[in-house]
Amino acid sequence: MAKHVVAALGEIAPGACKIVTVAGREIGVFNIRDEYFALINRCPHEGAALCLGAIMPRFESDRPGEYRLSHHGEMLRCPWHGWEFDIKTGESWCHPESVKARSYPVTIVPGEALAKGPFVAETVKVAVDANYVVVEL
Amino acid sequence: MNIAVADRQPDTARQTDLGIVDCDVHPYTKTPADLDQFLSERWRKHRASIGARSRGPFANAPNYPRMSPGVGMRMDAWPPGGGHPGSDLAMMREQLLDAFNVSHGMMMPLLGRGGDERNVEFGAALATAANDWEAQVWCDAEPRLKAAIQITTEYTEAAIKEIEKRAGDRRFTHVMIPPRGLEPLGRRRYWPILEACAANGFPIALHLGGTSGHPSTGGGWPSFYHEEHPSYPQSKEALVTSLVTEGVFEHIPNLRVALVEGGFAWLPSLGWRLDKHYLRLRDEVPHLKMLPSEYIRQNIWVTTQPIEEPERPEDILATCEWIGWDRIMFSTDYPHWDQDDPRYAFKVRIPEKEKQMLFRDNAVAFYNLD
Repeated sequence: MAKHVVAALGEIAPGACKIVTVAGREIGVFNIRDEYFALINRCPHEGAALCLGAIMPRFESDRPGEYRLSHHGEMLRCPWHGWEFDIKTGESWCHPESVKARSYPVTIVPGEALAKGPFVAETVKVAVDANYVVVEL
Repeated sequence: MNIAVADRQPDTARQTDLGIVDCDVHPYTKTPADLDQFLSERWRKHRASIGARSRGPFANAPNYPRMSPGVGMRMDAWPPGGGHPGSDLAMMREQLLDAFNVSHGMMMPLLGRGGDERNVEFGAALATAANDWEAQVWCDAEPRLKAAIQITTEYTEAAIKEIEKRAGDRRFTHVMIPPRGLEPLGRRRYWPILEACAANGFPIALHLGGTSGHPSTGGGWPSFYHEEHPSYPQSKEALVTSLVTEGVFEHIPNLRVALVEGGFAWLPSLGWRLDKHYLRLRDEVPHLKMLPSEYIRQNIWVTTQPIEEPERPEDILATCEWIGWDRIMFSTDYPHWDQDDPRYAFKVRIPEKEKQMLFRDNAVAFYNLD
Protein backbone atom coordinates (compact mmCIF):
# COMPACT_ATOMS: atom_id res chain seq x y z
CA MET A 1 0.00 0.00 0.00
CA ALA A 2 1.33 3.41 -0.92
CA LYS A 3 0.90 6.46 1.25
CA HIS A 4 -0.57 9.48 -0.48
CA VAL A 5 -0.45 13.03 0.86
CA VAL A 6 -3.90 14.44 0.18
CA ALA A 7 -4.11 17.68 2.21
CA ALA A 8 -2.33 19.93 4.62
CA LEU A 9 -3.60 19.62 8.18
CA GLY A 10 -6.17 22.39 8.70
CA GLU A 11 -7.17 22.49 5.06
CA ILE A 12 -10.24 20.31 5.65
CA ALA A 13 -12.43 22.01 8.26
CA PRO A 14 -14.17 19.91 10.93
CA GLY A 15 -17.43 18.64 9.44
CA ALA A 16 -16.14 19.02 5.88
CA CYS A 17 -15.01 16.61 3.19
CA LYS A 18 -12.35 17.00 0.51
CA ILE A 19 -12.62 14.83 -2.57
CA VAL A 20 -9.24 13.82 -3.95
CA THR A 21 -8.10 11.54 -6.75
CA VAL A 22 -5.54 9.02 -5.57
CA ALA A 23 -4.11 6.45 -7.96
CA GLY A 24 -7.02 7.05 -10.31
CA ARG A 25 -9.61 6.59 -7.57
CA GLU A 26 -11.84 9.31 -6.18
CA ILE A 27 -11.76 9.35 -2.42
CA GLY A 28 -13.57 11.58 0.09
CA VAL A 29 -11.47 12.61 3.08
CA PHE A 30 -13.58 13.64 6.07
CA ASN A 31 -12.68 15.62 9.16
CA ILE A 32 -14.89 14.60 12.11
CA ARG A 33 -13.89 16.73 15.10
CA ASP A 34 -10.25 16.63 13.94
CA GLU A 35 -10.23 12.90 13.35
CA TYR A 36 -9.78 11.97 9.71
CA PHE A 37 -11.47 9.23 7.67
CA ALA A 38 -11.48 8.31 4.00
CA LEU A 39 -14.16 6.59 1.93
CA ILE A 40 -14.33 5.72 -1.74
CA ASN A 41 -16.46 8.22 -3.64
CA ARG A 42 -18.73 5.53 -5.00
CA CYS A 43 -21.88 4.15 -3.45
CA PRO A 44 -21.94 0.34 -3.30
CA HIS A 45 -25.61 0.40 -4.29
CA GLU A 46 -25.69 2.00 -7.75
CA GLY A 47 -22.36 3.78 -8.03
CA ALA A 48 -23.33 7.39 -7.20
CA ALA A 49 -20.70 9.89 -6.04
CA LEU A 50 -21.29 8.99 -2.40
CA CYS A 51 -19.08 11.66 -0.84
CA LEU A 52 -21.18 14.45 -2.36
CA GLY A 53 -23.95 13.35 0.01
CA ALA A 54 -25.12 15.13 3.14
CA ILE A 55 -23.22 14.62 6.40
CA MET A 56 -25.72 13.92 9.15
CA PRO A 57 -26.25 12.60 12.64
CA ARG A 58 -27.51 9.09 13.28
CA PHE A 59 -31.28 9.17 13.79
CA GLU A 60 -32.72 6.30 15.81
CA SER A 61 -35.87 5.24 17.56
CA ASP A 62 -36.58 2.39 19.98
CA ARG A 63 -40.35 2.70 19.65
CA PRO A 64 -42.92 4.97 18.01
CA GLY A 65 -42.91 8.37 19.66
CA GLU A 66 -39.31 8.21 20.88
CA TYR A 67 -36.45 9.54 18.81
CA ARG A 68 -32.84 10.38 19.37
CA LEU A 69 -30.01 11.92 17.42
CA SER A 70 -26.48 10.74 18.06
CA HIS A 71 -23.10 10.41 16.32
CA HIS A 72 -23.39 13.97 15.05
CA GLY A 73 -21.55 14.50 11.79
CA GLU A 74 -20.65 10.82 11.47
CA MET A 75 -23.19 9.57 8.93
CA LEU A 76 -23.09 10.14 5.18
CA ARG A 77 -26.26 9.97 3.10
CA CYS A 78 -25.91 9.05 -0.58
CA PRO A 79 -27.07 11.83 -2.91
CA TRP A 80 -29.18 9.40 -4.96
CA HIS A 81 -31.20 6.90 -2.97
CA GLY A 82 -30.32 8.13 0.51
CA TRP A 83 -28.52 5.00 1.74
CA GLU A 84 -26.67 5.96 4.93
CA PHE A 85 -23.08 5.05 5.79
CA ASP A 86 -20.97 5.42 8.92
CA ILE A 87 -18.11 7.65 7.82
CA LYS A 88 -15.78 6.10 10.41
CA THR A 89 -16.17 2.54 9.13
CA GLY A 90 -17.92 2.69 5.77
CA GLU A 91 -20.63 0.38 7.13
CA SER A 92 -24.15 0.98 5.86
CA TRP A 93 -26.87 1.68 8.38
CA CYS A 94 -29.27 -0.98 7.12
CA HIS A 95 -26.82 -3.81 6.38
CA PRO A 96 -23.62 -3.06 8.34
CA GLU A 97 -22.31 -6.61 7.86
CA SER A 98 -22.76 -6.91 4.15
CA VAL A 99 -23.01 -3.43 2.60
CA LYS A 100 -19.92 -1.30 2.98
CA ALA A 101 -18.36 1.65 1.24
CA ARG A 102 -14.66 0.96 0.98
CA SER A 103 -12.68 2.88 3.60
CA TYR A 104 -8.98 3.67 3.71
CA PRO A 105 -6.64 4.29 6.63
CA VAL A 106 -5.77 7.95 7.26
CA THR A 107 -2.86 9.22 9.31
CA ILE A 108 -1.44 12.62 10.16
CA VAL A 109 2.22 12.84 9.28
CA PRO A 110 4.66 15.70 9.94
CA GLY A 111 6.27 17.28 6.91
CA GLU A 112 9.66 16.31 8.28
CA ALA A 113 8.78 12.61 8.07
CA LEU A 114 7.32 13.08 4.63
CA ALA A 115 10.62 14.39 3.41
CA LYS A 116 12.16 11.00 4.24
CA GLY A 117 9.53 9.06 2.26
CA PRO A 118 8.24 6.86 0.84
CA PHE A 119 5.19 9.04 0.19
CA VAL A 120 3.40 10.19 -2.88
CA ALA A 121 2.57 13.88 -2.87
CA GLU A 122 1.07 14.39 -6.28
CA THR A 123 -0.93 17.53 -5.67
CA VAL A 124 -0.02 18.82 -2.22
CA LYS A 125 3.05 20.95 -1.67
CA VAL A 126 4.87 19.68 1.40
CA ALA A 127 6.82 21.84 3.88
CA VAL A 128 8.90 20.28 6.66
CA ASP A 129 7.41 22.41 9.43
CA ALA A 130 3.73 21.52 8.76
CA ASN A 131 1.56 18.40 9.22
CA TYR A 132 -0.26 16.50 6.49
CA VAL A 133 -3.21 14.20 5.98
CA VAL A 134 -2.06 10.93 4.44
CA VAL A 135 -4.28 8.22 2.93
CA GLU A 136 -3.02 4.68 2.40
CA LEU A 137 -4.11 2.57 -0.52
CA MET B 1 -24.41 -8.98 -0.89
CA ASN B 2 -22.76 -5.67 -1.23
CA ILE B 3 -19.31 -6.89 -1.94
CA ALA B 4 -20.62 -8.54 -5.06
CA VAL B 5 -22.27 -5.28 -6.04
CA ALA B 6 -19.42 -3.01 -5.05
CA ASP B 7 -16.73 -4.99 -6.79
CA ARG B 8 -18.50 -6.10 -9.90
CA GLN B 9 -17.59 -4.38 -13.07
CA PRO B 10 -20.22 -2.27 -14.75
CA ASP B 11 -22.31 -4.65 -16.77
CA THR B 12 -23.12 -2.20 -19.44
CA ALA B 13 -20.28 -1.81 -21.76
CA ARG B 14 -22.33 -3.72 -24.27
CA GLN B 15 -25.68 -2.00 -23.89
CA THR B 16 -24.21 1.47 -23.83
CA ASP B 17 -22.37 0.59 -27.02
CA LEU B 18 -25.75 0.08 -28.59
CA GLY B 19 -27.15 3.32 -27.23
CA ILE B 20 -29.93 2.87 -24.73
CA VAL B 21 -33.43 4.29 -24.70
CA ASP B 22 -34.31 5.90 -21.39
CA CYS B 23 -38.08 5.79 -20.99
CA ASP B 24 -38.34 8.31 -18.15
CA VAL B 25 -36.46 11.62 -18.27
CA HIS B 26 -37.71 14.70 -16.42
CA PRO B 27 -36.95 18.11 -17.85
CA TYR B 28 -37.74 21.05 -15.60
CA THR B 29 -38.14 24.78 -16.07
CA LYS B 30 -35.46 26.97 -14.55
CA THR B 31 -38.26 29.03 -13.02
CA PRO B 32 -42.04 28.59 -13.39
CA ALA B 33 -42.03 31.83 -15.42
CA ASP B 34 -40.24 29.94 -18.23
CA LEU B 35 -43.65 28.77 -19.43
CA ASP B 36 -45.02 32.33 -19.65
CA GLN B 37 -43.74 32.90 -23.17
CA PHE B 38 -45.90 29.98 -24.32
CA LEU B 39 -49.07 31.16 -22.55
CA SER B 40 -51.50 33.74 -23.89
CA GLU B 41 -51.86 36.98 -21.98
CA ARG B 42 -55.18 35.76 -20.63
CA TRP B 43 -53.55 32.74 -18.96
CA ARG B 44 -50.43 34.62 -17.90
CA LYS B 45 -52.73 36.92 -15.96
CA HIS B 46 -54.58 33.94 -14.53
CA ARG B 47 -51.36 32.34 -13.49
CA ALA B 48 -50.11 35.51 -11.81
CA SER B 49 -53.31 36.42 -10.01
CA ILE B 50 -54.95 33.05 -9.32
CA GLY B 51 -52.35 30.41 -10.01
CA ALA B 52 -52.67 26.66 -10.10
CA ARG B 53 -55.37 25.02 -8.02
CA SER B 54 -54.83 21.34 -7.51
CA ARG B 55 -57.49 18.77 -6.67
CA GLY B 56 -55.13 17.56 -3.97
CA PRO B 57 -54.99 18.88 -0.43
CA PHE B 58 -52.23 21.45 -0.97
CA ALA B 59 -51.84 24.19 -3.53
CA ASN B 60 -48.09 24.62 -3.57
CA ALA B 61 -46.64 21.55 -1.93
CA PRO B 62 -46.58 17.83 -2.62
CA ASN B 63 -48.77 15.63 -0.44
CA TYR B 64 -45.75 14.03 1.17
CA PRO B 65 -42.24 15.15 2.01
CA ARG B 66 -39.58 13.77 -0.31
CA MET B 67 -36.10 12.54 0.38
CA SER B 68 -34.36 15.69 -0.75
CA PRO B 69 -34.98 19.31 -1.73
CA GLY B 70 -36.83 20.23 -4.93
CA VAL B 71 -39.52 17.55 -4.39
CA GLY B 72 -37.04 14.69 -4.30
CA MET B 73 -34.11 15.47 -6.57
CA ARG B 74 -30.77 13.71 -6.91
CA MET B 75 -28.59 15.82 -4.63
CA ASP B 76 -25.75 15.98 -7.15
CA ALA B 77 -28.02 17.17 -9.98
CA TRP B 78 -28.39 20.82 -8.93
CA PRO B 79 -26.73 22.85 -11.70
CA PRO B 80 -23.71 24.76 -10.39
CA GLY B 81 -24.90 27.85 -12.25
CA GLY B 82 -28.27 27.79 -10.48
CA GLY B 83 -31.70 26.54 -11.46
CA HIS B 84 -33.60 23.34 -10.80
CA PRO B 85 -32.22 19.83 -11.42
CA GLY B 86 -33.19 18.76 -14.91
CA SER B 87 -33.33 22.37 -16.13
CA ASP B 88 -29.81 22.55 -17.52
CA LEU B 89 -29.25 20.74 -20.81
CA ALA B 90 -25.45 20.69 -20.46
CA MET B 91 -25.73 18.96 -17.11
CA MET B 92 -28.37 16.55 -18.39
CA ARG B 93 -26.01 15.61 -21.22
CA GLU B 94 -23.12 15.12 -18.83
CA GLN B 95 -25.01 13.14 -16.16
CA LEU B 96 -27.39 11.19 -18.39
CA LEU B 97 -27.35 11.40 -22.19
CA ASP B 98 -23.59 11.23 -22.71
CA ALA B 99 -22.79 9.31 -19.54
CA PHE B 100 -24.97 6.36 -20.57
CA ASN B 101 -24.97 6.82 -24.33
CA VAL B 102 -28.70 7.46 -24.37
CA SER B 103 -29.85 7.49 -27.99
CA HIS B 104 -33.40 8.52 -27.10
CA GLY B 105 -34.60 10.11 -23.87
CA MET B 106 -38.35 9.93 -23.50
CA MET B 107 -39.37 13.10 -21.69
CA MET B 108 -42.00 12.96 -18.98
CA PRO B 109 -42.37 16.58 -17.86
CA LEU B 110 -44.40 17.08 -14.72
CA LEU B 111 -45.67 20.51 -15.73
CA GLY B 112 -48.89 20.06 -17.62
CA ARG B 113 -50.79 19.15 -14.46
CA GLY B 114 -52.71 16.34 -16.20
CA GLY B 115 -55.97 15.90 -14.33
CA ASP B 116 -54.88 17.92 -11.30
CA GLU B 117 -55.96 21.40 -12.30
CA ARG B 118 -59.50 22.24 -11.20
CA ASN B 119 -59.82 24.96 -13.80
CA VAL B 120 -59.71 22.64 -16.81
CA GLU B 121 -59.32 25.48 -19.31
CA PHE B 122 -56.23 26.65 -17.46
CA GLY B 123 -55.07 23.03 -17.29
CA ALA B 124 -55.42 22.71 -21.05
CA ALA B 125 -53.57 26.02 -21.64
CA LEU B 126 -50.75 24.87 -19.35
CA ALA B 127 -50.54 21.52 -21.14
CA THR B 128 -50.28 23.23 -24.54
CA ALA B 129 -47.67 25.67 -23.22
CA ALA B 130 -45.64 22.88 -21.66
CA ASN B 131 -45.77 20.93 -24.95
CA ASP B 132 -44.49 23.95 -26.91
CA TRP B 133 -41.78 24.42 -24.28
CA GLU B 134 -40.71 20.76 -24.59
CA ALA B 135 -40.50 20.92 -28.37
CA GLN B 136 -38.77 24.28 -28.69
CA VAL B 137 -36.58 24.45 -25.59
CA TRP B 138 -35.57 20.78 -25.44
CA CYS B 139 -36.14 18.82 -28.66
CA ASP B 140 -34.87 21.55 -30.96
CA ALA B 141 -31.70 21.92 -28.88
CA GLU B 142 -31.21 18.18 -28.29
CA PRO B 143 -32.75 15.83 -30.85
CA ARG B 144 -32.07 12.82 -28.61
CA LEU B 145 -34.90 14.04 -26.37
CA LYS B 146 -38.46 13.09 -27.37
CA ALA B 147 -41.48 15.04 -26.20
CA ALA B 148 -44.60 13.88 -24.40
CA ILE B 149 -47.95 15.31 -25.37
CA GLN B 150 -49.34 16.49 -22.09
CA ILE B 151 -53.12 16.73 -21.88
CA THR B 152 -55.83 17.54 -19.38
CA THR B 153 -57.81 14.35 -19.08
CA GLU B 154 -60.81 16.09 -17.51
CA TYR B 155 -61.33 18.29 -20.60
CA THR B 156 -61.92 15.80 -23.40
CA GLU B 157 -62.26 18.20 -26.36
CA ALA B 158 -59.09 20.11 -25.49
CA ALA B 159 -57.20 16.86 -24.93
CA ILE B 160 -58.17 15.47 -28.33
CA LYS B 161 -57.38 18.78 -30.02
CA GLU B 162 -53.92 18.77 -28.46
CA ILE B 163 -53.25 15.17 -29.56
CA GLU B 164 -54.36 15.90 -33.13
CA LYS B 165 -52.32 19.12 -33.21
CA ARG B 166 -49.10 17.22 -32.46
CA ALA B 167 -49.74 14.28 -34.77
CA GLY B 168 -47.12 14.15 -37.51
CA ASP B 169 -44.62 16.23 -35.50
CA ARG B 170 -41.81 13.72 -34.98
CA ARG B 171 -40.59 15.56 -31.89
CA PHE B 172 -43.64 14.12 -30.09
CA THR B 173 -43.69 10.38 -29.49
CA HIS B 174 -46.20 9.65 -26.75
CA VAL B 175 -49.24 10.97 -24.89
CA MET B 176 -48.78 11.36 -21.17
CA ILE B 177 -51.81 10.53 -19.05
CA PRO B 178 -51.83 10.84 -15.25
CA PRO B 179 -52.55 7.51 -13.58
CA ARG B 180 -54.76 9.02 -10.90
CA GLY B 181 -57.82 10.52 -12.51
CA LEU B 182 -61.22 11.38 -11.17
CA GLU B 183 -62.32 7.92 -12.27
CA PRO B 184 -60.41 4.80 -13.29
CA LEU B 185 -58.97 5.29 -16.79
CA GLY B 186 -60.98 2.50 -18.40
CA ARG B 187 -64.30 4.34 -17.86
CA ARG B 188 -66.13 5.29 -21.03
CA ARG B 189 -65.76 9.03 -20.38
CA TYR B 190 -62.07 8.63 -21.23
CA TRP B 191 -62.54 6.46 -24.32
CA PRO B 192 -62.58 9.37 -26.80
CA ILE B 193 -59.13 10.43 -25.57
CA LEU B 194 -57.82 6.86 -25.72
CA GLU B 195 -59.28 6.47 -29.21
CA ALA B 196 -57.53 9.67 -30.33
CA CYS B 197 -54.19 8.35 -29.05
CA ALA B 198 -54.52 5.12 -31.01
CA ALA B 199 -55.95 6.80 -34.12
CA ASN B 200 -52.97 9.18 -34.27
CA GLY B 201 -50.43 6.43 -33.68
CA PHE B 202 -49.36 7.57 -30.22
CA PRO B 203 -48.72 5.14 -27.41
CA ILE B 204 -49.76 6.24 -23.92
CA ALA B 205 -47.31 6.70 -21.08
CA LEU B 206 -48.97 6.48 -17.70
CA HIS B 207 -46.43 8.21 -15.53
CA LEU B 208 -47.05 8.13 -11.86
CA GLY B 209 -47.71 11.43 -10.14
CA GLY B 210 -50.28 14.02 -9.43
CA THR B 211 -53.33 13.63 -7.32
CA SER B 212 -56.97 13.36 -8.13
CA GLY B 213 -58.16 14.29 -4.67
CA HIS B 214 -58.90 10.65 -3.90
CA PRO B 215 -56.76 9.01 -1.21
CA SER B 216 -53.73 7.48 -2.85
CA THR B 217 -54.38 4.03 -1.38
CA GLY B 218 -57.50 1.93 -1.17
CA GLY B 219 -57.12 2.10 2.60
CA GLY B 220 -57.07 5.90 2.81
CA TRP B 221 -54.41 8.59 3.00
CA PRO B 222 -50.97 7.39 4.08
CA SER B 223 -49.12 9.16 6.88
CA PHE B 224 -45.61 8.87 5.47
CA TYR B 225 -43.84 9.11 2.14
CA HIS B 226 -42.51 5.65 2.90
CA GLU B 227 -46.14 4.54 2.92
CA GLU B 228 -47.07 6.61 -0.13
CA HIS B 229 -44.26 5.22 -2.33
CA PRO B 230 -45.74 1.68 -2.48
CA SER B 231 -49.07 3.23 -3.45
CA TYR B 232 -47.62 3.81 -6.93
CA PRO B 233 -47.88 0.11 -7.84
CA GLN B 234 -51.37 0.14 -6.32
CA SER B 235 -52.45 2.93 -8.64
CA LYS B 236 -50.95 1.02 -11.58
CA GLU B 237 -52.80 -2.13 -10.56
CA ALA B 238 -56.05 -0.19 -10.47
CA LEU B 239 -55.32 1.24 -13.93
CA VAL B 240 -54.47 -2.07 -15.54
CA THR B 241 -57.50 -3.71 -13.95
CA SER B 242 -59.79 -0.91 -15.13
CA LEU B 243 -58.43 -0.84 -18.69
CA VAL B 244 -58.75 -4.62 -19.01
CA THR B 245 -62.08 -5.09 -17.24
CA GLU B 246 -63.92 -2.21 -18.90
CA GLY B 247 -63.07 -3.74 -22.27
CA VAL B 248 -60.87 -0.91 -23.52
CA PHE B 249 -58.56 -3.35 -25.30
CA GLU B 250 -61.51 -5.06 -26.98
CA HIS B 251 -62.71 -1.65 -28.15
CA ILE B 252 -59.25 -0.29 -29.09
CA PRO B 253 -57.09 -3.37 -29.72
CA ASN B 254 -54.18 -1.31 -31.05
CA LEU B 255 -53.91 0.89 -27.95
CA ARG B 256 -50.37 0.63 -26.54
CA VAL B 257 -49.87 1.51 -22.88
CA ALA B 258 -46.61 1.97 -20.96
CA LEU B 259 -46.65 2.00 -17.18
CA VAL B 260 -43.94 4.40 -16.11
CA GLU B 261 -42.41 4.62 -12.63
CA GLY B 262 -44.37 1.94 -10.90
CA GLY B 263 -41.88 -0.91 -11.04
CA PHE B 264 -43.19 -4.15 -12.49
CA ALA B 265 -42.77 -7.15 -10.17
CA TRP B 266 -46.41 -6.85 -9.05
CA LEU B 267 -47.76 -7.45 -12.55
CA PRO B 268 -47.58 -11.28 -12.64
CA SER B 269 -49.58 -11.69 -9.42
CA LEU B 270 -52.20 -9.24 -10.68
CA GLY B 271 -52.48 -11.29 -13.86
CA TRP B 272 -52.90 -14.52 -11.88
CA ARG B 273 -55.64 -12.98 -9.74
CA LEU B 274 -57.51 -11.48 -12.69
CA ASP B 275 -57.35 -14.76 -14.61
CA LYS B 276 -58.54 -16.77 -11.63
CA HIS B 277 -61.55 -14.53 -11.12
CA TYR B 278 -62.31 -14.38 -14.84
CA LEU B 279 -63.05 -18.09 -14.77
CA ARG B 280 -65.72 -17.53 -12.10
CA LEU B 281 -66.98 -14.03 -12.85
CA ARG B 282 -66.91 -13.76 -16.62
CA ASP B 283 -70.70 -13.56 -16.87
CA GLU B 284 -70.33 -10.08 -15.42
CA VAL B 285 -67.84 -9.04 -18.10
CA PRO B 286 -68.95 -10.95 -21.21
CA HIS B 287 -67.24 -8.35 -23.40
CA LEU B 288 -63.88 -9.88 -22.48
CA LYS B 289 -62.95 -12.47 -25.10
CA MET B 290 -59.56 -13.41 -23.71
CA LEU B 291 -58.05 -14.02 -20.31
CA PRO B 292 -57.17 -10.73 -18.58
CA SER B 293 -53.48 -11.69 -18.65
CA GLU B 294 -53.71 -12.04 -22.43
CA TYR B 295 -54.89 -8.43 -22.74
CA ILE B 296 -52.06 -7.42 -20.44
CA ARG B 297 -49.53 -9.18 -22.66
CA GLN B 298 -51.10 -7.69 -25.78
CA ASN B 299 -51.50 -4.05 -24.77
CA ILE B 300 -49.37 -3.27 -21.71
CA TRP B 301 -45.66 -2.51 -21.49
CA VAL B 302 -43.73 -1.71 -18.31
CA THR B 303 -40.70 0.42 -17.52
CA THR B 304 -38.16 -0.69 -14.98
CA GLN B 305 -37.65 2.12 -12.47
CA PRO B 306 -37.92 2.10 -9.46
CA ILE B 307 -36.78 -1.45 -9.97
CA GLU B 308 -37.62 -4.07 -7.38
CA GLU B 309 -34.54 -5.46 -5.61
CA PRO B 310 -35.45 -8.94 -4.28
CA GLU B 311 -33.26 -10.65 -1.66
CA ARG B 312 -32.62 -13.39 -4.21
CA PRO B 313 -31.63 -11.16 -7.14
CA GLU B 314 -32.25 -13.89 -9.71
CA ASP B 315 -35.98 -13.86 -8.86
CA ILE B 316 -36.27 -10.76 -11.03
CA LEU B 317 -35.53 -12.92 -14.09
CA ALA B 318 -38.58 -15.14 -13.52
CA THR B 319 -40.70 -12.01 -13.13
CA CYS B 320 -39.41 -10.66 -16.44
CA GLU B 321 -40.11 -13.96 -18.14
CA TRP B 322 -43.76 -13.91 -17.04
CA ILE B 323 -44.25 -10.34 -18.21
CA GLY B 324 -42.35 -11.06 -21.40
CA TRP B 325 -38.88 -9.70 -22.21
CA ASP B 326 -40.39 -7.91 -25.19
CA ARG B 327 -42.63 -5.86 -22.84
CA ILE B 328 -40.04 -4.38 -20.49
CA MET B 329 -38.30 -1.08 -21.19
CA PHE B 330 -35.48 0.52 -19.25
CA SER B 331 -35.95 3.87 -17.50
CA THR B 332 -33.79 6.01 -15.19
CA ASP B 333 -36.16 8.71 -13.84
CA TYR B 334 -33.33 11.26 -14.02
CA PRO B 335 -32.93 13.56 -12.03
CA HIS B 336 -35.10 12.19 -9.22
CA TRP B 337 -33.67 10.84 -5.98
CA ASP B 338 -34.82 7.27 -6.69
CA GLN B 339 -33.44 7.12 -10.21
CA ASP B 340 -31.77 3.94 -11.52
CA ASP B 341 -28.36 3.64 -13.14
CA PRO B 342 -28.40 1.38 -16.22
CA ARG B 343 -25.12 -0.21 -15.18
CA TYR B 344 -26.30 -1.34 -11.76
CA ALA B 345 -30.11 -1.37 -11.70
CA PHE B 346 -30.29 -5.10 -12.35
CA LYS B 347 -28.41 -7.07 -9.69
CA VAL B 348 -28.23 -10.11 -11.97
CA ARG B 349 -26.79 -10.62 -15.39
CA ILE B 350 -29.41 -10.45 -18.12
CA PRO B 351 -28.82 -12.64 -21.17
CA GLU B 352 -27.45 -10.61 -24.11
CA LYS B 353 -30.44 -10.97 -26.38
CA GLU B 354 -32.89 -9.93 -23.67
CA LYS B 355 -30.60 -7.10 -22.60
CA GLN B 356 -30.70 -5.58 -26.05
CA MET B 357 -34.49 -5.83 -26.08
CA LEU B 358 -34.88 -4.29 -22.64
CA PHE B 359 -32.40 -1.46 -23.01
CA ARG B 360 -33.22 -0.53 -26.56
CA ASP B 361 -35.24 -2.51 -29.08
CA ASN B 362 -38.53 -2.72 -27.15
CA ALA B 363 -38.68 1.04 -26.71
CA VAL B 364 -37.65 1.75 -30.29
CA ALA B 365 -40.62 -0.33 -31.46
CA PHE B 366 -43.05 0.87 -28.79
CA TYR B 367 -42.37 4.58 -29.35
CA ASN B 368 -41.81 4.15 -33.10
CA LEU B 369 -38.38 5.78 -32.85
CA ASP B 370 -36.13 6.54 -35.80
